[in-house]
Amino acid sequence: MAEKAAARVEAARLVAAFRAAGAVEVETDILQPAEVLLDLYGEDIRARAYVTADPVRGEMMLRPDFTVPVVQMHMADGAEPARYCYAGEVFRKQERPSARRAEYVQVGYEVFERNDPVAADAEVFALFARLLAPLGLRAATGDIAILTAAVRGLKTLETRKAALLRHIWRPRRFTELLDRFGGRAPVPPSRQALLRALSAGERPGSAPHVGLRSKGEIAARLAALVEDAGAAPISAEEVARLEDLLNLAAPGPAALAHLREMTREMPAILPAVDRMEARLDALAQAGIDIGTLAFEASHGRTTLEYYDGFVFSFHAANPDLPPVASGGRYDALTEVLGQGRSIPAVGGIIRPGLVADLGGLGPC
Amino acid sequence: MLKLGVPSKGRLMEQCFDWFGARGVKLRRTGSDREYAGAVEGVDGLQLVLLSAGEIPRELAAGRIHLGVTGSDLVQEKLADWPSQVVELAPMGFGHADLIIAVPACWPDVDTLDDLDAAAAAFRREHGFRLRIATKYHRLVRDFLTRHGVADYQLVDSQGATEGTVKNLTAEAVADITSTGETLRANHLKILSDGLVHQSQATLYAAREADWTGGRRATLARLASRLGVSAGDLV
Repeated sequence: MAEKAAARVEAARLVAAFRAAGAVEVETDILQPAEVLLDLYGEDIRARAYVTADPVRGEMMLRPDFTVPVVQMHMADGAEPARYCYAGEVFRKQERPSARRAEYVQVGYEVFERNDPVAADAEVFALFARLLAPLGLRAATGDIAILTAAVRGLKTLETRKAALLRHIWRPRRFTELLDRFGGRAPVPPSRQALLRALSAGERPGSAPHVGLRSKGEIAARLAALVEDAGAAPISAEEVARLEDLLNLAAPGPAALAHLREMTREMPAILPAVDRMEARLDALAQAGIDIGTLAFEASHGRTTLEYYDGFVFSFHAANPDLPPVASGGRYDALTEVLGQGRSIPAVGGIIRPGLVADLGGLGPC
Repeated sequence: MLKLGVPSKGRLMEQCFDWFGARGVKLRRTGSDREYAGAVEGVDGLQLVLLSAGEIPRELAAGRIHLGVTGSDLVQEKLADWPSQVVELAPMGFGHADLIIAVPACWPDVDTLDDLDAAAAAFRREHGFRLRIATKYHRLVRDFLTRHGVADYQLVDSQGATEGTVKNLTAEAVADITSTGETLRANHLKILSDGLVHQSQATLYAAREADWTGGRRATLARLASRLGVSAGDLV
């Protein structure tokens, strides 16, 4: 990747362009409290972020991304609507020797806007597309909200839907759960034995109670297991439709037509598909060639799990390179960090070091 | 000289000496019982270095020793992308121990990783923090749980008496080394049926970063042939 100086030049150009688009430039600390990030991302972030100790403030992390501190700052005292931009280093541990940098510059643009989310989605994407146009990148889009709506619309227990929703971002576990809830995977022998014992009225286990997880919590899960065992499997048709949706990859208009078709069997996704159509219209109006814009229903399923709507990325031809830019909508994150308040938000980041490697943007 | 790092005390050292001895390479300690010095007979150009088993992975990674004997659990835990740093020459058939995940025996509803994941989700909702798993094997356990799609847990560091953390309410589950399971049972814990993270045993490794010039490759080839093991891509 380019020298930092070259990355800084591209970063300055991008920041100037984001300011021209109406964003206020903000700064965040490099040292971030680890607790918030760990609570949000779990152990995965500990494997990826540099953790250090502050004698007074406790466990701290070198900023692994800007989104969390920018959202916190906005939720604490931001006026609405708001557009922010920033540029600075982020730090990601690399577990294997690779071309990927452990320390690199990100430039970002975030929009907090309550009234017209579709327009905000299109604004961010079209701005990124315009700025990155000299590099000839391939763009890909997706929409997590369509996936979550499809899961919520399944005719099955709420507990099963909640389990599937938790694992949207872990495709392997999601598939395993779907196989089990769909009756395609056998019930583990230990579960069968437990259910037999419970149905015979036996209170399983004679071990003394230890630990913080209470007897009430254990009893609640046993009851949930009995309920689950008594519920019909998710029908093969519903499972097939969900898999069809997850595998959908087509240019925007073709993907939309396919999804429209699917709404006849999956009415639950209708509002999300309507939003996608409005977004495509808004993108077309902003000058994006939607006829060639890739839509992949599973796009964003393997990233950090805070996107919950529109997602996008821009890629160079070399598949070994990370995305040059990526972003999406993260309404739920503002709720988690807003302590009772929330605001629809969308944004994205560009890696100016990669931009410089690919020849740079020139004055923009 | 090729430097061979071997655990400096206890049963692991004795079994290691036996393993080499059975293959015609005699290792022994020299000087007093308390002096960490050793000698080699049977192969020229090999020097014995007595080290703590826990430090051998680090010494291998730095290339300060050419060869080392230690548990595969320690190498895989302490070295990022271990195959890029060391070559596994021979599993030695002793020092067996399993790194496992265990939960309270009073959890009849949890027998698999799938159950653990579901219990962790409910636990987080109820208690407002992620289910804690006490361990000193952070990399191995995190990689294992990520691979199996378990969420809503956190690892808490425990460098000893790990099985006691559940009773002491500092963790809900543990990931630790066990050979017989006695300590787990005594602390009212049970192993998840699919909770085997790693099967460890004493293993002979070679360091990729060590200085292999000046005839050292030839010495390695001679030693490997005497021991009846392959030196991999190092010779």
